[in-house]
Amino acid sequence: MFPPAAPRSGRQAALIAVLGAALLGTGCEPVSDESSLTREKRPRPVELIMIDGRPDPAGLADKQSLRRGNGEEPQTLDPHLSAGIPSSHILRDLFEGLTTEAPNGKIIPGAAVRWNISRDGRTYTFYLRRDASWSNGDPITAEDFVFGLRRSADPRTASNYANILLPIVNAREVLQGELPPGELGVSSLDEYTLQINLTSSTPYFLGLLSHASTYPVHRRSLEQHGSRFSRPGNLVSNGAFVLTAWEVRSRIVVERNPRYWDAANVILNEVIYLPIEDQPTAIKMFRSRELDWTYEVPNNQFAWLADHYPDELVISPWLGSYFFGFNLMAEPFVDNPDLRLALVLAIDRKLVTGKVTQFGEEPSFALVPPGIGDYEPATPEWAAWTQIEREDEARRLFERAGYSRDNAPRIEIRYNTSENHKKIALAIASMWKQVLGVNTSLINEEWRVFLQNRNTAVITQVFRAGWISDYNDPYSFLELFRTQSGLNDFGFSNSSFDALLDEISLERIPARRSRMMQAAEGILLAESPIIPVYTYVTKRLVDPHVRGWQNNVMDHHYSRHMFKLKSINSKARGALPVVEPEPRDP
Amino acid sequence: MSQEGLLRHIAARLFGLVPTLLMLITIAFFLIRVAPGGPFDAEKTLPPEIIANLEAKYHLDEPLVQQYFRYLGQIIVLDFGPSFQYKDWTVNELIARGFPVSLTLGGLAMLLAFVVGTAVGILAALKQNSVVDYSAMGFAMLGVSIPNFVIAPLLILCLAVYAGWLPAGGWDWTIPHMVLPVITLALPVIAYIARLTRGSMIEVLHSNFVRTARAKGLPERIVIGRHALKPAMLPVISYMGPAMAGLITGSVVVERIYSIPGLGSYFVQGALNRDYTLVMGVVIFYGIIIIVLNFIVDILYAWMNPKIRYDE
Repeated sequence: MFPPAAPRSGRQAALIAVLGAALLGTGCEPVSDESSLTREKRPRPVELIMIDGRPDPAGLADKQSLRRGNGEEPQTLDPHLSAGIPSSHILRDLFEGLTTEAPNGKIIPGAAVRWNISRDGRTYTFYLRRDASWSNGDPITAEDFVFGLRRSADPRTASNYANILLPIVNAREVLQGELPPGELGVSSLDEYTLQINLTSSTPYFLGLLSHASTYPVHRRSLEQHGSRFSRPGNLVSNGAFVLTAWEVRSRIVVERNPRYWDAANVILNEVIYLPIEDQPTAIKMFRSRELDWTYEVPNNQFAWLADHYPDELVISPWLGSYFFGFNLMAEPFVDNPDLRLALVLAIDRKLVTGKVTQFGEEPSFALVPPGIGDYEPATPEWAAWTQIEREDEARRLFERAGYSRDNAPRIEIRYNTSENHKKIALAIASMWKQVLGVNTSLINEEWRVFLQNRNTAVITQVFRAGWISDYNDPYSFLELFRTQSGLNDFGFSNSSFDALLDEISLERIPARRSRMMQAAEGILLAESPIIPVYTYVTKRLVDPHVRGWQNNVMDHHYSRHMFKLKSINSKARGALPVVEPEPRDP
Repeated sequence: MSQEGLLRHIAARLFGLVPTLLMLITIAFFLIRVAPGGPFDAEKTLPPEIIANLEAKYHLDEPLVQQYFRYLGQIIVLDFGPSFQYKDWTVNELIARGFPVSLTLGGLAMLLAFVVGTAVGILAALKQNSVVDYSAMGFAMLGVSIPNFVIAPLLILCLAVYAGWLPAGGWDWTIPHMVLPVITLALPVIAYIARLTRGSMIEVLHSNFVRTARAKGLPERIVIGRHALKPAMLPVISYMGPAMAGLITGSVVVERIYSIPGLGSYFVQGALNRDYTLVMGVVIFYGIIIIVLNFIVDILYAWMNPKIRYDE
C-alpha cells in the first residue's frame, strides 16, 4: 500500500537519515561509518551446546520470552473457527491435537501416546496420555476429543475448515445438517481410548489430526462462557502454553503451561504474538530488537536484507505452488492444448525467479512442489530442455494450433492487485510477445472481486492462482482439478484423471499410491490447464539467539521447541570461540 | 447569547441527526453488499455446505430487505453485532477497544498542534515579513506538503532504529509508544494551524478596533491578548472541528506504520474483508462523531464570534 519504507542501499540510508534529521530538526546519533548506519550493533549469541538432547542451561538467556511477529490480527482463537495463518500459529502453541509435529515437521504423538490402524486403514484407535491434563487441571479424556470433533463438524459451529474432517464417516452428512453431530464416526471406547472411523483409507489422516479443526475443546468452560470462551481467563487449553492476555490488534501473550504433559521440556516462559500488518514496520521493529521473529519479509526489501542481515534472513522451501491457470471454458483455450502448452513453454522461469521475484524460489514445471515425503513430482520432458529448445517447441506448437506472429491471439492475464503479481504477469506478457508475438493485456482486481471472477469463470482467460497445502500430501494439490471440485476454477475435466483420483483415495500401499499420484499429475501437466511458475518459499528474519526450531515445508513452528541463547558478553568478545551458524535444515 | 435560542438550536440539530444517520446507514448497508465478493470468499474456496452454514449463522441467507430491517432493529438497541472477520469479538467491543487509542493519540496530537500551531502563527504574524516569518511559514509549507507515510518511516528510522530512543512500533499505553505517532499526526495540523493563525492575525491586526485599541495607548500585550487573539482564532476554531474528527477517528496510514490498534484500520480492513457488520459499525460511529464535533464547533463559534447569534 505504501512506498518502500526502508532504503535500499547504505548510501541511500545515510542520505535519508541526514535528510530526515535536517528536515525535522531532530538529531540522529552521529554516525561515523556506513556499516553502523545500515546495520545496527546486534549482540551475538553464545555457542549452542547440547547436553542429552537439551540445551546447556548455562548458555540460556535469563529471560525466556519470545516476541513473534504474526502478520494480521488473528481471526479467532477458537480452534474450530480458525482460518488463516496468524491464528494457526498461536493455536499450535495453545492446543495439542492427537498428533503433533516435530521441529522438522514430522508427525509425532501429541495428546495420543500411540495408535493402531486397522488393516483396511479405515479404523484408527488412539490411546491417550494418562498424564495429560487441561490447563485448569481437569484430565483430558477421549470424551473431550469426541466432543471437539463433533463440535467442529456441527453446522451450527460454522467452521471454515470442517472439510479437514471429511475423511471421517458421516462427516459430510453432519456438515450438511442431514445427520446430527452425534452420528460422526468418532467414539470413545473408554476414558483414554478413542476410535475414529474413516470412509476410506486416508494415508495423510494422522497429519490432519495436528490441524486446529481437530483439537479438543474443554466442554465445561465452553458451555459456561459461550462465544467468550476464547478470552484470556476463560480459555482452557491443553497445549504447551496458556493464553494470558489478548489486546486486540496489539498483542497476544501466552505463558508456559505448567500442567502440559511435557512442560519439563518447554524452555520459553512466554511468547508474545504481535500482529503487525505493515511488514516494513515489522522489519524496523526487528532491527530495533523489539521482535525476535518476523512473520515474513516484504518483497521490495528482500535484496537489501539479504545483503545486510545474512545471518538473520531465513529462506526455506514451502509447500506451495505459484502458477497461473487457464480458463479451459473460454476461448481461445477450449480444446486447444497446443496453444496452452506453447504459452507454458514460452516462459523463461529462471528469468522470472532470478530477475523478477528474486527470493530464491525454485522455478517449477509441475504442480506439486518438491519436499512432500518420498513423493517425486511428475517432471514433464521439457523440464530438462534448454530454454531455447522450449521456445522452439513453443513456436512449433503455436503454429500447429493455427497461429502465427501475424495472427496471434490476444490474451488477458488477470491477477489480484499486488506489486509482485504485476511484475510476474508483466514478465510473462513480454516473454509471450517476444517468443510468440502474443499481445497480452493485464487486468488487476481488488482481492474479493478477483476471487469472485476467478470462481465464476465467465470472464477469466489466464488468471493468477496458487495453492499452499494444509497437509503434507500431493493429493491436496491434485484434488483441485477434480471435475466436481469447488476449487476447480480452470474448468478442467478429465475422466481418467478423476478415476485415478478415486483409486488413489482407496489405495493403501504408499509406494503404489505415490506412483498413481505421479501418473495423475502427469495427465494433468500433459493437458496444461496451468502455467507452473515457481515453488513458494517462506522468508523471515529470525534473531540468531532463537534456537530449537528447524525449517520445514509446512512452515509450522511450535514455540515449545524454541529457546533463547545468552548473548556473548561484549567485554569478553574475542575471547570466546567464533560462533558457527548451525545448519538449519534437517 | 440567549439561553432559549441556544437550546432551540441544540434541539433542532439533535432532531436533524436522526434522518442523517438513517440515510447514512441505508446507503452504507446497501453499498457494501453491492460490492462484488463476499465475506467468506478466500483463496481456498470453501465447500458450498460450509458457505451455507456460515451464511446461516450470520443471517446472510435471508432476503436483503429482511437483513436490512433486522440490522435496523439491532441498531436501535446499539448492538452492532458480531464481526465476521474477528470472530471472537463483537463490533461494539472492537470499537470500545479501538476508540480510546485513537482518541488519546488524536487528542494529544490536536493539543500539540493547537499550542504549537497558534504560537508559531502568532509569532510569524507579529514579525511579518521577517526571517522568523519566512522560516516558520517555510516549515509549515513543508509540513503540509510532506505526506505522513514519508515522515513516519523517517522518524522511525532515525529515532527508533538508529538512535534507539523510542520503540519502532506497537502499542501499550505508555508515553514512549505515543511520541512518534502523535508527532506524525500533529505535524500537518501544526503547519495548517500556523498558516491559518498567521493569516487571520495579520488581518485582525489591520482592523479598525485594533487600531483604536492602540490609539488608546494600550500596551501591545493587552492589544494582542485581549482584543486581537479571540477574533483571530475564529478560522482556526472552524478548522479544528473537522480536523479533530479526522484525528480521533484514527489515521489508517499512521496506524499501519506504527502498528497501532486504533479505529482507522477497521474501516479499511473491514471494507477489504467485506466484514459487513464491522464496516457498518464504524461508519455509524464515525457519522455520530463528525456530527457531534461539527455541532460543538458551531456552538464555540457562536460564543466567540459576536456576528453570529442563534436567537435572531
